[in-house]
Amino acid sequence: MSEQIAQFETRETAEGGQIVLSGPWTVRHVGVQDGALRSVATSVSKTPRHMQGQVLIDLSGVTALDTAGAWMVHRTQRDLEDAGAEVLVAGASETQAELIALARESDQPCDVEPEQRHVFEALAERMGRSVVALWSELVAMLNMLGLVLVVIGQVIVRPRTLRLTSVVSHMERVGLDAVPIVALLTFLIGAVLAQQGASQLALFGAEVFTVNLVSISILRELGVLITAIIVAGRSGSAFTAEIGSMKVREEIDAMRTLGMDPIAVLVAPRVIALVLMLPVLTFIADIMGLIGGGAVSYFMLDISPQTYLQRVDAAVASSTFFVGLIKAPFLAMAIAVIGCLEGMRVTGSAESVGERTTSSVVKAIFTVIVLDALFAMFFTAVGY
Amino acid sequence: MAGPDNIIQVRNLRNQFGSQVIHDQLALDVRQGEVLGVVGGSGTGKSVLLRTIVGLKRPDAGMVRVFGQDVSSLKGDARKAVEQRWGVAFQDGALFSALTVAQNVQVPMREHLNLPQDLMDELAAEKIAMVGLPPSAGPKHPSELSGGMRKRAALARALALDPEIVFLDEPTAGLDPIGAADYDTLIRQLKDALGLTVFMVTHDLDSLYAICDRVAVLAEQRVMVIGPISEVSTHSNAWIQEYFQGPRSRAAAGAVARASGS
Repeated sequence: MSEQIAQFETRETAEGGQIVLSGPWTVRHVGVQDGALRSVATSVSKTPRHMQGQVLIDLSGVTALDTAGAWMVHRTQRDLEDAGAEVLVAGASETQAELIALARESDQPCDVEPEQRHVFEALAERMGRSVVALWSELVAMLNMLGLVLVVIGQVIVRPRTLRLTSVVSHMERVGLDAVPIVALLTFLIGAVLAQQGASQLALFGAEVFTVNLVSISILRELGVLITAIIVAGRSGSAFTAEIGSMKVREEIDAMRTLGMDPIAVLVAPRVIALVLMLPVLTFIADIMGLIGGGAVSYFMLDISPQTYLQRVDAAVASSTFFVGLIKAPFLAMAIAVIGCLEGMRVTGSAESVGERTTSSVVKAIFTVIVLDALFAMFFTAVGY
Repeated sequence: MAGPDNIIQVRNLRNQFGSQVIHDQLALDVRQGEVLGVVGGSGTGKSVLLRTIVGLKRPDAGMVRVFGQDVSSLKGDARKAVEQRWGVAFQDGALFSALTVAQNVQVPMREHLNLPQDLMDELAAEKIAMVGLPPSAGPKHPSELSGGMRKRAALARALALDPEIVFLDEPTAGLDPIGAADYDTLIRQLKDALGLTVFMVTHDLDSLYAICDRVAVLAEQRVMVIGPISEVSTHSNAWIQEYFQGPRSRAAAGAVARASGS
């Protein structure tokens, strides 16, 4: 048997017209006839006169009918009737008639996409929304910061309320587990800095100041900045994803109904752990950065480790080291608060967890760099 | 026994995860045009059986034939052709969250057929109306719908290509009794009008009594008993007795008896 196709033809009769359908009218076959059949029925001005009297839709030649075919039969009937014709469907088996009845009941047009607005209107709306969102985000961040500080205040007044197990476990995850990556990256950065600095300073014979360059920039800025950025990517995102998936599974709500404060149980331990560990990681980063610089100095500039250490000692005041280190707890606070806040803002779906995690990392890194810049301005102003 | 009437045939099926055997020597026939309810305790592998039949999980041993073809050995176009002849509605809908409901319904049409956009829009609207969703649901994203509406939308997508078999995973779980009863009626109607074969994993005793032609009970890693509910419910196995003779089951059976009596 050859491949069958859905076909129809129109005829003129004494009473009016006929539409005779034949072949399989199923979803796989009707596509080709859609336009033709639609134009028979809808273009009223062009509708042949015989389609305006009594019209018979003859299905006796139809070998298969499904909901798609039934829909087209119904649509044709509806459109012709709207144009003033009297339409009869004949030759349909019982199940086919049932399908057409089902299609009639299901004649309920709906939009496929949400309504699209005009492009300028949409643009203005988006801009307005992001301004409002920016403000509400700032408020939410300060709010979360306040809540966390209240909990930390309670812990200071009554140390028993500290969830020590949780804090220690988070310290391990955000601190100890991050040591290898922080150490490796800052070692490399120290090395690269020394190597690039040496090749530039050699132009006017000042290679020996490479040590000053490396030690001051690592201790003052890069050590803490690189560490904070790594931690924001590593732990900030983890905080968001952990708290976010708990939110999706309604664990946070469950916690509230059990009389536990999610800020005290989930947020405060993470913030405390990170505030304690980021300075430690920064210290490790500083040391590793200096070692990286020292290694390059030894191999490229023939500066022995002893000389290197003496030069570092001469170049660096203890304040240089503390200026870097003092920033760490503040950056840690920002990273942890943003991570937890974004986690709390997750709604229903898995998609939202991903969205929030991305935004947590972006915001944390942004905030870290902005805070670092503010610190730099502050220390310059106070002449440190 | 394996006549052409059996649209799904499962033989000697074995499924295991690690050392945990889920199915062993499992045999099941689904007849053309019936509504089969699959029940069993938690962890007896109802959903795994469904996933194996539709080819999402490779059986560790044994054979699964759908439309007389071995599903796990099919590749490429042959597999696509078979997949177009069934529809699957997952437990929580599994709708594509980036698309609207109407676009979700159009996905299979767009993927497998070459239909004019106008017709696809109309057919999507028809399917959405058929499963009892209001037209306002069409342009919404799945996350904006309630759980019950998502289940209906999933059914609309499963029906998009007018399949011969529909697989339903816990279709009425989480629906209110009125919504569940509507869903049952809808399945029955569609089955009668379209000649659908329905493979339904369910715990809903009302559905079992109201629309299932046969019920298969999974226990002890195989289909312990299969048949009309009146036969299955009198089986001597303790779990089956507890399942079908418990107060909830008696109430459901009573409701059906009252409905047919009046």
